[in-house]
Amino acid sequence: MPSGTTEKKGSITIDQERCKGCLFCVEFCPKKSISLSSKLNMKGYFVAEFAPGACTACATCAVVCPEVAIEVYKA
Amino acid sequence: MNGNSACAEAAVLAGCTCYFGYPITPQNELGEYMARRLCDVEGAVFIQSESEIAAINMVLGASVAGARAMTSSSSPGISLKQEGISYLAADELPGVIVNMSRGGPGMGNISPAQSDYLQATRGGGHGDYRTIVLAPSSVQEIADLMPVAFDLADEYRNPVVVLGDGMLGQMMEPVSFDAIGPPKEFVKDYILTGAEGRPSRMVRSLLFDVKEEEEHNWKLFRKFQRMEQNEVRFETELGDDAEMIVVAYGTAARIARGAIKRLRQENLKVGLIRPITLWPFPKKAILEAARKVSEFFVFEMNAGQMLEDVLLSLEGQGHVHFYGRPGGVIPTPVELYRIISRHYHQSLKGKKG
Amino acid sequence: MKKVYSRPRLLKEAHFHYCPGCGHSIVTRLIAEVVDEMEMAGKAICVAPAGCGMLVYNYFDFDTLESAHGRGAAVATGIKRVRPQNLVFSYQGDGDLAAIGTAESFHAANRGELISIIFVNNGVYGMTGGQMAPTTLLDQVTTTSPLGRTSVKEGHPVRMCEVLAVLPGTSYLERVAVNKPSAILRAKKAIAKAFEHQLKGTGFSMVEILSPCPTNWKMGTIDACRWIDEVMTKEFPLGVVKEAAC
Repeated sequence: MPSGTTEKKGSITIDQERCKGCLFCVEFCPKKSISLSSKLNMKGYFVAEFAPGACTACATCAVVCPEVAIEVYKA
Repeated sequence: MNGNSACAEAAVLAGCTCYFGYPITPQNELGEYMARRLCDVEGAVFIQSESEIAAINMVLGASVAGARAMTSSSSPGISLKQEGISYLAADELPGVIVNMSRGGPGMGNISPAQSDYLQATRGGGHGDYRTIVLAPSSVQEIADLMPVAFDLADEYRNPVVVLGDGMLGQMMEPVSFDAIGPPKEFVKDYILTGAEGRPSRMVRSLLFDVKEEEEHNWKLFRKFQRMEQNEVRFETELGDDAEMIVVAYGTAARIARGAIKRLRQENLKVGLIRPITLWPFPKKAILEAARKVSEFFVFEMNAGQMLEDVLLSLEGQGHVHFYGRPGGVIPTPVELYRIISRHYHQSLKGKKG
Repeated sequence: MKKVYSRPRLLKEAHFHYCPGCGHSIVTRLIAEVVDEMEMAGKAICVAPAGCGMLVYNYFDFDTLESAHGRGAAVATGIKRVRPQNLVFSYQGDGDLAAIGTAESFHAANRGELISIIFVNNGVYGMTGGQMAPTTLLDQVTTTSPLGRTSVKEGHPVRMCEVLAVLPGTSYLERVAVNKPSAILRAKKAIAKAFEHQLKGTGFSMVEILSPCPTNWKMGTIDACRWIDEVMTKEFPLGVVKEAAC
């Protein structure tokens, strides 16, 4: 019986030049895998960044992202 | 047939399959004729729209979808259409707009007038553009010019205005449509049909980049230059020995003919230049005439609009007289004959005396 | 790893011009997804408005036309009457549809024109800087209702779905929102439904989409999403307002 090790099932890429730091993905990710970084893109927005490990590829982030900046991958 | 009905019939024979309009006197018969007539045409569309504004926008939609579309109205309704006409010109879309003009400004009256000349010939809406303006002066000529209007609209991808008036719209005269052949075919590689099997197209006139907008304007300008070179239409009557030339169009030209007949009976040598395109205006013809003639008499049913174009055309030469009655008044040939006669005697006989 | 979510095929590469957290962005994407999933890319013709949504022609990779402000329903009527086999829809904001375009919207609906309208309702005039819209809420502060909208001076907000539902020519009217994941998925289904109604010829269809405008509401992006749930939907309830058999 598996004792609780979590397999990495999902991953996302964020097109940081499209990102406008709107925080929707940060707010709505059920696994809290996305946060606002202190990195600025060319337009001057702080961009979202993804922390792998807990992602389940539910694609909620991609569904809410206004800029269509997120692509989602599943193992 | 009355002019309104003849206009509609000729349009249908010229391949118009879409009519959108709103009732307004004195052109209601045009829409009513279309309502019945388009039932006989496969795939044709008639909509009595909720306003003149809606109508011109329906024309734009039908035009971008590839159909020959038209609308008609009278002066106040034509004012409402100006934004739409500007968009047609900006989008480089064909469309025909018929104005059976009436007394104005404001509500005015339903009597014929020629007070929309400047509106028609200076674009009318916002922006740097022009529309070809055709000015028939008989029911037959309305029928003859409708196919021309549609062809020019398609050829240049620009709206064309047919400028009549309440008298032309309402009068009944014999008319033949025999000269109207099958509609000319034009390749339309700019229309929206759904992007099946080709790259998607966008039709729009918003150009934020001012350099792009300027270049678009110059592109349209070059088109208007070609129209000025190729599409001037006018008629000259009794011009060979004339010592005074009357310049008049539409209904005013008919009245002028009646006046000139009487003047000629008294040996006053008066001729007529009748512009058929008000834009492009027959500038060269008038300037040409000024080589032999020094007296020009502008007669129109308004307070002085085509007068400006005659003055511009003459470039300061000659002497320009004017008689106009705005407000829907229809001057009589006798009235005009008396006025012209007085001017003629003062300018010409006086010099010889 | 296999890709399970990618950029819709029918969106061009251009970056969106919309503000951060703007609902238009999501609606634009949903339309691109729906048109693709319904395999209508070769048949779709979109009429774009004046307003924040006016640049959709830069984003959609299918035939698009810019209409004068408010005239989208009339222009779409002209197109659809000439090309009844195409999927013709107009994309309009609250000023476009319910202020300057009221007559055109109302009468296209009344005639039962077989067009669909995607109506983005964000309660303000966005592009011009946040003036009052027909859908602005009572007491809502905008640049032209600086003391808050009052019924006495400015009238009540207009519920366009309900207004048009009275007309027999309308067959499908639903109000949705794009302020959270579940709502966005519902909005996508509604857009597809509207197009289905058009293709089946049941009548005029419209999807009203409550959309956040953080910039002109002067709120943070997440607060704007919450405001839709907590305040806006009280005036503009979500749900199907009218649906004929399809």
